[in-house]
Amino acid sequence: MTLQRSIRSCALAAGSLLLVIAAGFGGPAAATAADAVAETTPDTMILKLSTEVLEEIRADKAIQAGDFDRLQKLVNERILPKVDFDKMTRLAVGRAWRTATAAQRATLTEQFRILLMRTYSGALSKVTDQSIRLRPSHGQDDPKDVIVRTQIVASQGDPIGLDYRLEKTDDGWKIYDLNILGVWLVENYKTEFSQSLNQGGIDNLIQALTQKNQKLAAAAKS
Amino acid sequence: MKPLVAPDIAGGRLRRWMLGSAAGLLLLAAGGCATVPPTAGNNPADPYERLNRQVYAFNDHFDRSLAQPVARGYTKVVPRPVRDCVGNVFANVGEVGNFINAALQLRPGDAAADAGRFLVNTTAGLLGCFDVAKGMGMERNRQDFGLTMGKWGLPPGPYLVLPFLGPSSLRDAVGEIPDYYTDPVRFVNPATDYYITYGVRFVDRRAQYLDASNLVDDAALDPYEFLRDGYLQRRRSRVYNGNPPPAADYEDPDSPPADAPAPLPAGGKPPAQ
Repeated sequence: MTLQRSIRSCALAAGSLLLVIAAGFGGPAAATAADAVAETTPDTMILKLSTEVLEEIRADKAIQAGDFDRLQKLVNERILPKVDFDKMTRLAVGRAWRTATAAQRATLTEQFRILLMRTYSGALSKVTDQSIRLRPSHGQDDPKDVIVRTQIVASQGDPIGLDYRLEKTDDGWKIYDLNILGVWLVENYKTEFSQSLNQGGIDNLIQALTQKNQKLAAAAKS
Repeated sequence: MKPLVAPDIAGGRLRRWMLGSAAGLLLLAAGGCATVPPTAGNNPADPYERLNRQVYAFNDHFDRSLAQPVARGYTKVVPRPVRDCVGNVFANVGEVGNFINAALQLRPGDAAADAGRFLVNTTAGLLGCFDVAKGMGMERNRQDFGLTMGKWGLPPGPYLVLPFLGPSSLRDAVGEIPDYYTDPVRFVNPATDYYITYGVRFVDRRAQYLDASNLVDDAALDPYEFLRDGYLQRRRSRVYNGNPPPAADYEDPDSPPADAPAPLPAGGKPPAQ
């Protein structure tokens, strides 16, 4: 009896010790693994990214005072690495992309990136008390290509729907389309681009985008 | 709510808006100030692009020379809490239309929520000045007759730009009529109060979208097209309650069918379009 009891208590002690060891070593390991998993789901990535960017904007006095260059720097550092501009431009240009030279492709992507980043920064410069909320998204069957639905919630006014289309790449999840209030940007630009392409081909579109960006840059300086 | 204005007088106001618009259009036709691209009308969604661009130019001119400056002045002079209150009161009055349309869409849950919001905000929210219901987790569900017809399966038809009202479609333009007749502001009496109420609501709305219109100007190569395509996409999305079936092809030109030409090297001339 006593032997049995001592064995049992010994087993119990050993078990507890194992648990403690597990908590001491395995615990953090398990936690980091869980973090890594959380990091790679597109939902948490978007939520984390947008929440952090909003917080940084609110905390930055210069941005609050209207320092646009600083805001653009923040956007370039934080958001740019998560966006696949090549794919965005390809999709928006459509068929004509196939006939574009490598140089034309590079210029198109670059000019489109400048335009989008400027517009996006312009929208972010209006940030006051907004926060981001995830909305449920359902009916997604492609594990490598998903839509993340969010809402911008402010104290005043109706929530603004803001959705992201992401693709899983070797370099993590990348955004390649954005939906504001029910409007997908790639689809909207696709019609606009096709108009320009029909009128004068790829060079015409490049010219239109470059002129637009120059005009915006000049307006920002004045 | 008991109508305080005889329908024929209210109808007279609608006629006056139409007359005013017609006069504006005539002026436009005489001036011909809009630049219309040669491809105008090629887009199947916008067969009346030539006319639409004229109306758009008129609206844009009206907006820049009158509506925007007034809205900017309003945001400068009137403090934020007061503006929030004004916007909330009008939004609360709008629950009447939201309720009617939710009912017509056979969505009793939404209709009940609209009625609930209206009751809570009209009482606890002091005649709608504060959106108390929002704090209770009841989101506003804006609806209109155009959406109701869309949900019953009616396609938008050709895109239209309405004088003063802006982007619309044949369906949504027809929807403006029942929207107008179910709008409680219509019953404001006497006439001077009615015009003031309408004017304040117009300025309040314009003030709320000041940032958005700057954004369109910045983002668009052609603001007319950008606004049109955005409007059509948004309405379609709303008809499907935010989950529309994928519209255009999301075809990546980089993964072409086998017979597609390979991309040309840098410096190479693309074939003629």
